[in-house]
Amino acid sequence: MITRTGLILFAIWVVILATTPLHADNYIVRTAIMISMYSVLALSWNFIGGFTGYPSFATVAFFGLGAYVGAIAQRNGVPMVVAWMLATIVVGAFAAALGSILLRLKGHYFAIGSIAVVEVCRLVISSWRSVTGGGDGLNIPLLRWSPDDVAIFFLMVMLVLMIIVFALNAFVSRHRLGFGLHCIRQNEDAADMVGINTTLYKVIAFTLSALFVGTAGAAYASWVGYIDPTDSFSILMTVKVPVMVLLGGAGTVLGPVIGAASFVVLEEIFWSNFLDWNRAILGMVIVFLIFFLPGGLLRVSFRKVRDRLKGREGVAT
Amino acid sequence: MDIGQILVNGLVLGALYACLAVGFSLVWGVLNVINMLHGSFIVLGGYLTFFAWHSFGIHPLVSLPFVALLLFGIGYLVQYLFVNKVVTAPVLTTLTLTFGLDMILYNIMTVFFSATPRRVTLDLGTLSFFGITMPVDRLFGMALALALTGLLYYVMRKSRIGRAIVAVRMDRAAATLMGIRVNHIYAITFGVGALMAGAAGAIFAMVFPITTNLTGMYIGKAFVVCVIGGLGSVPGALVGGLALGLIESISGHFFGPQHSLTVGFLVMLFILLVKPTGLVGKRGYE
Repeated sequence: MITRTGLILFAIWVVILATTPLHADNYIVRTAIMISMYSVLALSWNFIGGFTGYPSFATVAFFGLGAYVGAIAQRNGVPMVVAWMLATIVVGAFAAALGSILLRLKGHYFAIGSIAVVEVCRLVISSWRSVTGGGDGLNIPLLRWSPDDVAIFFLMVMLVLMIIVFALNAFVSRHRLGFGLHCIRQNEDAADMVGINTTLYKVIAFTLSALFVGTAGAAYASWVGYIDPTDSFSILMTVKVPVMVLLGGAGTVLGPVIGAASFVVLEEIFWSNFLDWNRAILGMVIVFLIFFLPGGLLRVSFRKVRDRLKGREGVAT
Repeated sequence: MDIGQILVNGLVLGALYACLAVGFSLVWGVLNVINMLHGSFIVLGGYLTFFAWHSFGIHPLVSLPFVALLLFGIGYLVQYLFVNKVVTAPVLTTLTLTFGLDMILYNIMTVFFSATPRRVTLDLGTLSFFGITMPVDRLFGMALALALTGLLYYVMRKSRIGRAIVAVRMDRAAATLMGIRVNHIYAITFGVGALMAGAAGAIFAMVFPITTNLTGMYIGKAFVVCVIGGLGSVPGALVGGLALGLIESISGHFFGPQHSLTVGFLVMLFILLVKPTGLVGKRGYE
């Protein structure tokens, strides 16, 4: 569910991101693109990991697959936007097929299975040289516009994707689908007993978690102009996305957006200030998150924090 | 290459894989935690062995017990201070936590040891029998790996601690009622997992070059071995390890070595779907 305040906050956030090219330099615009892209990923993951409670690590497989489908299509002369749509459809179909097999597993086994999918995708892409270029990666024809225009264009693309996935999140959370997914998260057997078609619901959630990740991957490939298997299927990214959602608040609509934005900003700060130690600092953020913010930023009771700051600890809220 | 050589290669590799995965399997089976730190523990064990040999001239066989004990201590502390706090939380929480800890350990290792591949070279020559050639250090590593795995099996079967670990794995609540301190047993299990990882790392350093970039690959192998063999038991890890070794050497021969990893993962996915308890796992234990 999303409140009116939440909707207004999201709208303000979109406007802030969209207006960055007007007043900020290209580095900030690039960060804004990354924030919108990771918001798409985190919001998509929310369908399977947040609403349904299945610990999926397959997001990056969909991202990489989308990037490769888009890149290969573009290299063969397909217009850019058509290539993105193609990537969306292929990744969606892949996720639906994969989901109907993989979602029979639960808990740890599902987690391991989804990690294995990422590994298999990466290995297949890196060894299928004739189509994917193998470990050398692929070059994608760049847009022949000025760098500023390219940045603005891709910022808008990612923002539109983010708004679509956000709207879809808000819609699902009100719809009987969202309710059914919530039941599955709480007790799958009981949900099955009361007549929810759990298999269908889970496959839908899994497909939704992949669809726009595929588009984002293809758009990312067109934006950066070069992809390779290690980058497109990075194990770090596999864990980053769930961490973002956990940071914001899993199962809420606004949480993934907040989580993605704060994570990208934190990461940029750590990269620029602690080059040697950025990975360790990210690790510490994760450990801190697990112990002190188990419900995410959205679940922090600001009233309690305020009371504590005022020294009124222990006041009933 | 004839079939004997392929089989021997597979079995030697398989014994190493069994040793690599047995600690991971134990932690997963008993604590229900996927320990993403395992790969870094292996590399840490390997590095410590290498530097003891390289800087102080200590033979790997001498340093191995100390390295293993040190890792036991680290594992015990990690479990006691961090993982125990969230051990009953959903998979995502524990997996993410150990991944975060792994990022810290990985970073520390890269800064202090750098990512250069390093290897202990013992130069023991090669051995030929029935037309099969095998470097002696590799055979030596295999014997050591099997001996350690066997020792762990013996400890789990015969010692008081081992029986307590098995009891906690079977039924946590009942074990508590029998007077077993579950948190202590959890920490010991995690410590034993780290100990086996350290020992495996020490053996690996004698056979293959070892570098921090390999942590992901080791974790991947541990996943595959656990799923193929079955979780949380020493025989499971042994069967899974040998199976994976054979799968890799046979598929490497027929499809080329670059595909052997893919085949391993595909077999794992297949087993996950067909028989999630693994080849020798028991139902209801997962």
